[in-house]
Amino acid sequence: MSHSEDGPDATFIGSRTDGTPVVRPLSPHLQVYDMLQMTSSLSILNRATGIAWSVGLIFLVWWLAALAGGPASFASVQWFLGSVIGWVVLAGLIVVAWFHTLAGIRHLVWDAGYGFDMPNTYRSGRMVIAGTAGLSVLTLIILIGAWI
Amino acid sequence: MATPSLRSPLGRVRGLGSARSGTHHWWMQRVTSIALLPLTIWLVFALASLAGAGFSEAQVWVARPFNAVLLLAFLGAGFHHTAAGLQVVIEDYVKPDSRRIVVMLVVKGLCALLWLMASLAVLRIALR
Repeated sequence: MSHSEDGPDATFIGSRTDGTPVVRPLSPHLQVYDMLQMTSSLSILNRATGIAWSVGLIFLVWWLAALAGGPASFASVQWFLGSVIGWVVLAGLIVVAWFHTLAGIRHLVWDAGYGFDMPNTYRSGRMVIAGTAGLSVLTLIILIGAWI
Repeated sequence: MATPSLRSPLGRVRGLGSARSGTHHWWMQRVTSIALLPLTIWLVFALASLAGAGFSEAQVWVARPFNAVLLLAFLGAGFHHTAAGLQVVIEDYVKPDSRRIVVMLVVKGLCALLWLMASLAVLRIALR
């Protein structure tokens, strides 16, 4: 077994199927990547938006539970969603949902074995950013149009 | 090799590797993500156009069989995908093992409860 003196690596000891120990790389390794590259920042954002969407699901559960509860509980969730904080949450969730969805499509294409070369990686990354912006604006237009 | 194993490589693979589940977790994350693609596109636009809807209008919308079925499907695939994704984040960052197990159980329990709560709400509205 090779041994690493690097802090995070040294603590990441797994085991092979036959039970012998093995040092495995810590993933994602936050120390070795330049965070400002588009490739790594989009990867980090995909995970961050996944966590944010997880928290955002609580608002969907709240909305559905309040709707099942009756007019009084529904009025309180609608009051919150209509407040300034509610709008910030909704606008944020729209961006987060679209980014995670489009970045997810990018990951599925990678999983199928396509688009790994650098030009295509940057092109798909720019498509995710542009798509997120476009779909978020479209969703907000529909949201505001329905609200008024 | 600390202790030489008598198991053949094939025998080990049949035990599905050190995690004992092979690629099942990874595969189900992909399966749910594919299911969530159309469901998320539908849900985001549908909820956006429901903005400002009153109580009865929103109830009628959820109670429609098409919407109720897709909502239940979204909640099932969504919370499965959420639990699977958060599990990977916890495995990457939460140490030591004792804390990791506690955090994992709390997160999985919350995902299960929120999924049940939301699904029950949809069923109550749809079956009223």
